[in-house]
Parts: sequence; structure tokens; C-alpha cells
Amino acid sequence: MVALGLLALAVTAAAPAGLREPAFWLGVALLSAGALGWSWYKFGRGPGGVHHNNLWARGSTSRGAVAWATGVALTGFYVVLYWWPEYLENLIRPLDGLSQALRQRPADQWFLYGTFYTLAVLLMGTRALLKYRHSPYQRVRTASVMFFQLGFAWLLPGVLLALQQPEFYFTYFWPLKYDYLFPGGVQSLLQNGHLGAFMVGWGLIMSFVATPVLTYFFGKRWYCSWVCGCGGLAETAGDPYRHLSDKRREAWRYEVSIVYTVLGFIVVTTALLWLNTRLGGALLGRLSDEFSRTYGFVVGALFSGVVGVGFYPILGSRVWCRYGCPMAAYLGLLQKHFSRFRISTNGGQCISCGNCSNVCEMGIDVKQYAQRGEPIIRAACVGCGLCSTACPRGVLNLENGPREGRYQPSQLIRAESLRILE
Amino acid sequence: MHLVIIGNGIAGVSCAQAVRRLQPTARITLVSAESAHHFSRPALMYLYMGHLRWPDVKPFEDWYWTENRLELVHDRATHLDAAARTVHLAAGPSLTYDALLLATGATTRYYDWPGQHLRGVQGLVSKADVELMAETTLQVQEAVIVGGGLIGVEMAEMLRTRGHGVTMLVRDRHYWGSVLPPEEAALVDAQLRRHGVRVHYETELTEVLGDDAGRVRAVRTSRGTELPCQWLGIATGVTPALDLTAGTGIDTDRGILVDDYLQTSVPGIFAAGDCAQRRSPGPGEAAIEPLWYTGRMQGETVAHTICGQPTAYRRGPWFNSAKFFDLEYQTYGQVPARPGADEASFWWQHPTAALGLRLHYRADASRALLGVNALGLRLRHDVCDQWLRRGVPVGEVLAQLGAANFDPEFFAQHEPAIVAAYNARHPDEPAVVLRRRKGLLSRLLSV
Repeated sequence: MVALGLLALAVTAAAPAGLREPAFWLGVALLSAGALGWSWYKFGRGPGGVHHNNLWARGSTSRGAVAWATGVALTGFYVVLYWWPEYLENLIRPLDGLSQALRQRPADQWFLYGTFYTLAVLLMGTRALLKYRHSPYQRVRTASVMFFQLGFAWLLPGVLLALQQPEFYFTYFWPLKYDYLFPGGVQSLLQNGHLGAFMVGWGLIMSFVATPVLTYFFGKRWYCSWVCGCGGLAETAGDPYRHLSDKRREAWRYEVSIVYTVLGFIVVTTALLWLNTRLGGALLGRLSDEFSRTYGFVVGALFSGVVGVGFYPILGSRVWCRYGCPMAAYLGLLQKHFSRFRISTNGGQCISCGNCSNVCEMGIDVKQYAQRGEPIIRAACVGCGLCSTACPRGVLNLENGPREGRYQPSQLIRAESLRILE
Repeated sequence: MHLVIIGNGIAGVSCAQAVRRLQPTARITLVSAESAHHFSRPALMYLYMGHLRWPDVKPFEDWYWTENRLELVHDRATHLDAAARTVHLAAGPSLTYDALLLATGATTRYYDWPGQHLRGVQGLVSKADVELMAETTLQVQEAVIVGGGLIGVEMAEMLRTRGHGVTMLVRDRHYWGSVLPPEEAALVDAQLRRHGVRVHYETELTEVLGDDAGRVRAVRTSRGTELPCQWLGIATGVTPALDLTAGTGIDTDRGILVDDYLQTSVPGIFAAGDCAQRRSPGPGEAAIEPLWYTGRMQGETVAHTICGQPTAYRRGPWFNSAKFFDLEYQTYGQVPARPGADEASFWWQHPTAALGLRLHYRADASRALLGVNALGLRLRHDVCDQWLRRGVPVGEVLAQLGAANFDPEFFAQHEPAIVAAYNARHPDEPAVVLRRRKGLLSRLLSV
């Protein structure tokens, strides 16, 4: 049914005007019904629990032909979306009605994208709710990402547009949504009166007050696996691919060298741009516009979109979050050094089976810590809790506790001192 | 010093790691015929079920061994010359040692059933076993498993993920009768039924019947019935691997006999893990402990003795865990299948969900905690360990129950119901008041 839905959508893309509306909605209906039906068939009928049967044996989830085809299709969609949106005209137009109702304006490629994105989070979120229904933590967390995607990343920005206000996303902050605190972004928001000022203030408070405070108490998860839209897609649509993340030390070295570079780049650029504004453009001239365009292309489009989502079936669901997201890097530094969050290891109960590392979408080799009785305190951890859910021996638990003794390993294993990451 | 370790399982590897830490210059060689690299034996089932791949069940990446100068020899140790302190290998050059650790593990225990060598009859201990199982279960419709223990339920789960029919033959009146009290066993039994496993209790295997091709076609049971099957899993325990000790003067019984320091009767030769049998185990302790956790602890302990810091093996309170299909199980301390004369036991079970908790304690005035069983509930190892070491009275344990809760956030907390059940069942005792909710690490550790 999913295949038929996709076929109908493919037909829509090339259909004559009279046919495209029915074909589009037929496609969406088939796709939705198929995804929900398949989820129920696969996860809804039997007993609840982690049943990753044949995860690494079937091609679609182990980089087989189906996975590559899916990856090519997703990547292709992003390429067309970013650079040749005119080919999506037939998919955009059927959404005009919906867009008018929500935003009081015709649909465009970004409305199409946002709508499909939200639909994916909701459908695959339902799948995750069924799959992990035995775990209250996963149920609440999944419901949270679905809520924030639908409410704050789709409905609210649309309503704001309908009210002739700036299309503002209250769940994205600097440094991820870097332009919210770039001089140009701030100035354009401030042209919108009290609401615009509120948005600027909101962005400032979220970036510099709420983020450190919430991360101190709950770790990075309050954002990355509960609120963020990128995380929302990864946790729902990306769930079948979470195990594909690279756990090798090699990958970790790339991760730390790339992601902190991106963060540093954003910080330096933001500072330079403000300095430039202060100096009336004397410092950078028109370079700031150029920068926005280049960064937007390389990081925004290529990294987070084409590679980040397009390569889900090959590289796993958190490529962007792990290697590219400046917000994740910022939250990660806070989590590692200024937080009460840790994943506790339960004494000496680890059997090194590797299920925790396998399900870690951020590529953390969780068992390296668990088998030595050490708590897992890593900048990368987004707190999805799947390691805890998948652990067959009840060894891992996401906890917020006093910072004192946070790194203390269990006394029940003599933690051997051979280093793993260096 | 050159330490040679036969076996790269958890006991051998734990010893190698500890020796590397204690003696940074020691030469350490691990010999294994089973696999080139150390792997997690309890994870073999996940390979078969497709949850994990081979690299995923290796606890360390391959660079780990070279970086820590742990030499790996993927070869079979064929003969041990204790006088010459030399181990002969099947293919490679012999190894001379200053110290030798036998961590050869265990193999499936067979009971000389007629027909046990037919094709399609096997146990599940080694990497080769799981590979064989993948091969021999391809065309199976019906499988029989003999033995109602941890390996048996693992096999059942593996086979059920591929849709094969599974019948288990269990000698006792209930599942894992030698270890689990009846209430716990009933919860496991419900899991087995829920996942479509047929269980025949008080039934033993008497004969394996083969077809013309030399493959199992049925089994005959002690009840006289004949059950058709194309595969038979042997899960009636393991037996220490002793091959290498023949003719060496190393004393053996069921396993390789070792003293408190895990030394064999031959100086310079040690044994740890599934193959070792302690001459004088502590009260309530088994002489042979074929378990991942004890293998790790024995390996760490023996490393100290090998490095000139004689250290007796003191396991501390017993613990173990398992998962029966979707039902997690943890146990701490001693919980016998039936309470002894001067012991008492409190069992709580959720009215609908598969959750249960047992507190086993002394019936005398101390009411000291002896053991805990948890099913579907996660308990904090450190807290239970402290309770057991200190012999905390059961009333105090109940009052502090929240401190041992290791369930994830948002999970229902059952402590009030458990305490209420205890109070209702013991009206003559002062009522227990639940003192601490699920709390923070530091508070827990200062119980």
C-alpha cells in the first residue's frame, strides 16, 4: 500500500492538471493507511517488547538494495526540493487549499516539505508508539516529538503567517537557527512590533538561559529527543535506521572534529557579523550576505537535508545531529560539563551483549561504559533512552542526579583502566 | 613474565586486562580455537535472531588488542606439557609460559541419550553452535528443546522468531524448578505460552529417533509419547572443558580443581571461569559457577595472584539476570526454590501485569534479607548488594524499596502496593512505612 501511495505521488508529479488532485490525495491516503497498517501488523498485534528480529538480516534495514533505493529516492527528493522546485509544482498545487486555510496564502515548496515532514513524524511516530508501547518513557517521548512537530513546527508558523506575522519557529534557536540572532534576522524581526520583539527575546532567552538551565537539570535530551524537529524525524521516520550509525572510534574522531568546528564557526561568525554591524559594514562589507548563502547551502541544505535525511537508510538517522548540528554541539558541551544527567550502569549486571550500542543512533558504543560499570556521560547522547529500553538485563537507566560523584563507576566491577576513546 | 591464557572468553579476557593493568610490561597471549576475537557469549542468540551482527557482539574493537599489547592466537591448544611449561598448538609454534591460565570454558552436557549424535541435535554454547543452529534449523517445522533453564528459553525465543514450532521438555514440575520458586516460574510459563511455546513438565527425553539420512525425526519422552521434530536442542546444562588437563597432573573432578586463589594442583597453572571447580566453596556457593559474571570476577581475581598479589576469590553476594522472552529477571543473594526451615519469603505480584518481587529473609529475630527476585522490575544492584552484605531486616528493606528502583522514568512505581501487601499479610508486625521514594544516587549509596 505504501508502494502504491508512492506510485500515486509519482504519478501526481507528472499528471495533467485534472488528474493531479485526486492522484495526490489518493497517494497520501494510501501512504498513510499503508504505513499505519504495516506498523500495526508488525508491532501492534503481538506482545510488546523489543523485537528487532532480522533487523540486520533484511535488506531494507541493513544497507541492502531496498535501503539504497530508499536513500536515492529521499536524496533525490531533497535535491529537487532545494534546487529544482519547479518539478514539484504538481505536488505543491494540491496543497493550496490546505495552505490557504492555515496560512492564508498559496502553497510553496517549503509548505509541501513541512507538510510531508510532519506527516512522516506523525505516521512513523504512531509506529514508534506501537513498537515501544511497553515503555512509558518511549511513549511519552514519542508523543512529545509528535506534538512539537505538529504544533510548533507546522501549525504555529502557519498561523503566524496567516496573521501577517513573521514565520517564526519557537522550537528552533541559535546556534541551530543561526540567523535568529544574526543582525539581519534580529532587525527584520524587530520590524514586527511587540511580537517581533518578543520573538527576539524568546530566542535570546532560549539560547542563553533556558538551554543551559534545562540541560543542567535534564541533559541535552530535553531538546534533542523531545522537542527538536530534526530529532523528531530521526526518532520516528528514522527509527528503522537507528542501528546504522557508525560505532567505531574512527567515527567518533570525525564527529568531534566536525561538529565543534561547525559550532565554532557559527559563534565566530555571529560575533563578526555584530561587530560588522556596529562598524557600519566596515569590517565585512557585503560578505555577510554571501556568508549566509554559502553556509545555508553547505550546512543547511547539503548537510542537514540531503545527507542528514537522504542517507538515513545508509548512515543512520542522526548523521546531521551527530556530525553537523551546532545546537547539538552546544548542548553536548553543557551536558558533558554542566549537567546532572547521566546514564547509570546497574552495578555489575552488564553482559556486553551489544544491544545498547546497536540501538544508539548517535553512534556511542554504550557497552564500553556499561561493561566497565561506568556511567555514560557523553556530549553526543541525545537521551532517546533506547539503550535502556533495549537492554535485556535492565542495566541502563537515564537519570538526573547530583553532579558530585557523577563519574563514579560501580564498585561491583573493577573498572579496568584501559582507555577506549582518546 | 609471559602469561598464556587458554580461552578468550570473559574469564580469560578479564584476567588479561587486569594483568595488563597490574604489570604493564608483561607479555600476555590469549589462545582460542573458537574465535579470533573475544565475543559476548550471552549475545550469541542475537546473532541468530538478526538483532546483531558478529562485530556487534565483540565487546572491543579489533584495534583494542594490539593497542594494549594483548597477543591473540587463533589456534587450538592440543597438548599441555606442564614440566616444560609449554603449550602445543595445532597449527602454530608452541608457546612457553611463566604462568598459564586455563579458561577453557564448558561444553554442552549430554546424558548419553540413544541417538544424541544424530544431525539436528545440538546444544548452544559456542560460536560454532550458533552457526550450526542457523544451518540446521533452515528447514525445520517442529523443534524440541530438552531442559528448562536459561539456555532452553533462549533457544525457544530464537526458534520462535523464525516461526518454528517449539516444544520444551522440562524435568521439574515447573520451569527451572531447581532455581525458581513456583510463583516466578508461573510468570515465566505465561511468557512461554504467550509466545507460542508448548511446555511439557515432568517430562524427560529418553531417546532421539532418526531418519534414513541420519537426521533427527522425533524424540521419545519419559511419558512414552513420541514427538515429531526436525531439530532437538540440548539445554540440560554444561560441563567443564577438561581436554587439555589429561596427563598433566592437574587434579580434576567435574571441573579443574582450584583452591581459593584459583590455582590448580600444578604450580604456575591457574583456572578460572566455567572450567574451574573450587575445592572449598563458601557456604551456599556452588563449586562450579558457569556464569558470565563469575567468569569476569574470577578472571580479575586470578590476575592479582598471577601478578604476585595473592588474592582469594570472594564473589560477594550472588547476582544474576536473564530475560525470558519479554520478561526481565534479576536476582540478588540467595533465593532457593523452596524456603528452608528457618527462612521466610514474601512474594508480591501485580494483579494484571507480569511483575513480581520476592524478598527472602531469615525467619529469626534478625529478619535479615537473604535474597531478592525481581521479574519485570529493575532493581539497583548496588543497593541490593549493600542490603545483603549488611543483612538489613526485611522491614527496613521494604521501607527503603524506592531506593532500589532502577526502572526508567515514567514507569509506574509499585512500592506502595508492595508495602501494603506486606503489611496486610503481616498484621502482627509493626506496619512498614515506605520511607524513600525512588531517589538519587548519592542517597542510595549511603543506605
